[in-house]
Amino acid sequence: MSLSVDISHKLGDLTVQVAFQAPSGITALFGKSGSGKTTVINAVAGLLTPDAGRIATQSEVLFDSKAGINLPAHRRRLGYVFQDSRLFPHLSVLGNLNYGKRFAPSGSSGPDLEEVTALLGISSLLHRRPGTLSGGEKQRVAIGRALLSQPQMLLMDEPLAALDSARKDEILPFLEQLRDSTGLPILYVSHSVAEVARLATTVVVLEQGQVAQAGPTEQVFSDPAMVRHLGLREAGSVLPAVVKTHHSDGLTELTVSGGRLLLPQINLQPSAKTRVRILAQDVILSRDAPKGLSALNILSGTVTEIRAGGGPGVVVQMRCGSDLLLARITLRSANALQLAPGLRCHAILKSVSVARHDVGHT
Amino acid sequence: MSTWLGPEEWAALGLSLKVGFWATLINLPLALLVSHALARWQFPGKQMLNALVHLPLFLPPVVTGYLLLITFGRRAPLGAWLEQSFGLVLAFRWTGAVLAAAIMGFPLMVRAIRLAIEAVDPDLEQAAATLGASRLSVFATITLPLILPGLITGAVLGFAKAMGEFGATITFVANIPGRTQTLPSAIYGFLQVPDGESDALKLVAVSVAVAMAALLASEMLARSAAKRINGR
Repeated sequence: MSLSVDISHKLGDLTVQVAFQAPSGITALFGKSGSGKTTVINAVAGLLTPDAGRIATQSEVLFDSKAGINLPAHRRRLGYVFQDSRLFPHLSVLGNLNYGKRFAPSGSSGPDLEEVTALLGISSLLHRRPGTLSGGEKQRVAIGRALLSQPQMLLMDEPLAALDSARKDEILPFLEQLRDSTGLPILYVSHSVAEVARLATTVVVLEQGQVAQAGPTEQVFSDPAMVRHLGLREAGSVLPAVVKTHHSDGLTELTVSGGRLLLPQINLQPSAKTRVRILAQDVILSRDAPKGLSALNILSGTVTEIRAGGGPGVVVQMRCGSDLLLARITLRSANALQLAPGLRCHAILKSVSVARHDVGHT
Repeated sequence: MSTWLGPEEWAALGLSLKVGFWATLINLPLALLVSHALARWQFPGKQMLNALVHLPLFLPPVVTGYLLLITFGRRAPLGAWLEQSFGLVLAFRWTGAVLAAAIMGFPLMVRAIRLAIEAVDPDLEQAAATLGASRLSVFATITLPLILPGLITGAVLGFAKAMGEFGATITFVANIPGRTQTLPSAIYGFLQVPDGESDALKLVAVSVAVAMAALLASEMLARSAAKRINGR
């Protein structure tokens, strides 16, 4: 199951002209507000008719301006989770969940009420009214309602943006589970780097209505050109990792392709897959193998690219094993180290620099 | 009680209730449709429709009654056609009183229902559509339950207006005791004859009682409906 989108739509001063593929897994539409993310997801949902273009799943054309096809929203079978949950106030939680089921085509397969309520942890809320739920509970019910409509794909527009960080942490594991256990493709709109780094399998970066970058998350995040989109403080690479073992001193050892990492205790079983995000500004580079340092995590690799920005800093991309790592250092240091593509060097990361909420399991 | 009110008075009360009931019943689906169109649809002539719906509110009722008479009278083309095709005579019949009352009550109903529809968050209707509900299903399962309090208010306003309609009714169907004489026209009739004042007062008391009962019942209904849709 995959989705292909190729549309153009004029919206005031902004012309949205976007083409991308969303394979299975979570495809994040990432960009600043006003970059056209919501326009794209609403066009996919059928809530907005683009000026021109084509939107299709593997099995069905949803919109094709040339062929004159424009399937109405209710026949697209795309579950939509909105930022503001949009639960129906006159129905109970159960009524809301059943509403999704009610219009699902008969004979379609998908998770049933029990599975969904168990997955989302909302079994105890069934007889409550929407107005009595917390923001996080509302959003979980909204996700359940969308799932029960047996969609061929799930659309999520900033589903966590209205929640505080505690509520976010409550929902993120459910989204990861959804991605990993149901196999349902998800188109996920977000402007949060941390969310995208943790959840997305594919990232499509939008800027002023155009696709600025697109590809697998690890690849997109390790592209020095991304620094501009993510901002200097948020830029950093995303590395797939496997939990190796938990040490008695409270550290967890992870294996990445370029070596090992020690992190403060992670709540995952050994051999579980996970993802670590290493901010470019938390990486120190050294030509010589460092000795006598307090930092525990050192990865060796080869410099692949050096990109100068406008300011005093440069972004260095290096290959460690099969992964790409970004480091942001000053131009002065880069010159002093005589860094150049092809050069061997060592990346020093403090273990504390990999924050808990940046770690997710794949 | 039966001695307190004479047969003519009973007939007037019965007719008023009957007219109010039928006028409300006929108006409700039509008002729902027009309110929805005015609140949610964009179409040419929308402002004209809006003006037309509200016209009876601004015209002197006697003008509305006269217009009905020259449109639906037995010798008017439309009236003659209705009589020939369906055997339906409106002028000087209780059915005409229903028509007059319905037209006079219609704008009040539309105003109440339209306000309720405009208060429904279109985002909820969109959400229902993404869950697979067709436009008709969205209306029946989301919009309609959410506007129920407004619908009740509109129905009661329309009923009260129909019960009390006087000017257009007396112009269109006259004031024939036992046939087209409603509560207000009976009161008017009593006031036209000497010594009729005590009889008029009895009917005034009946009018007040019916109005109070309708008002209280609608308040209770609307309140319980509103409680169901506030999400708590």
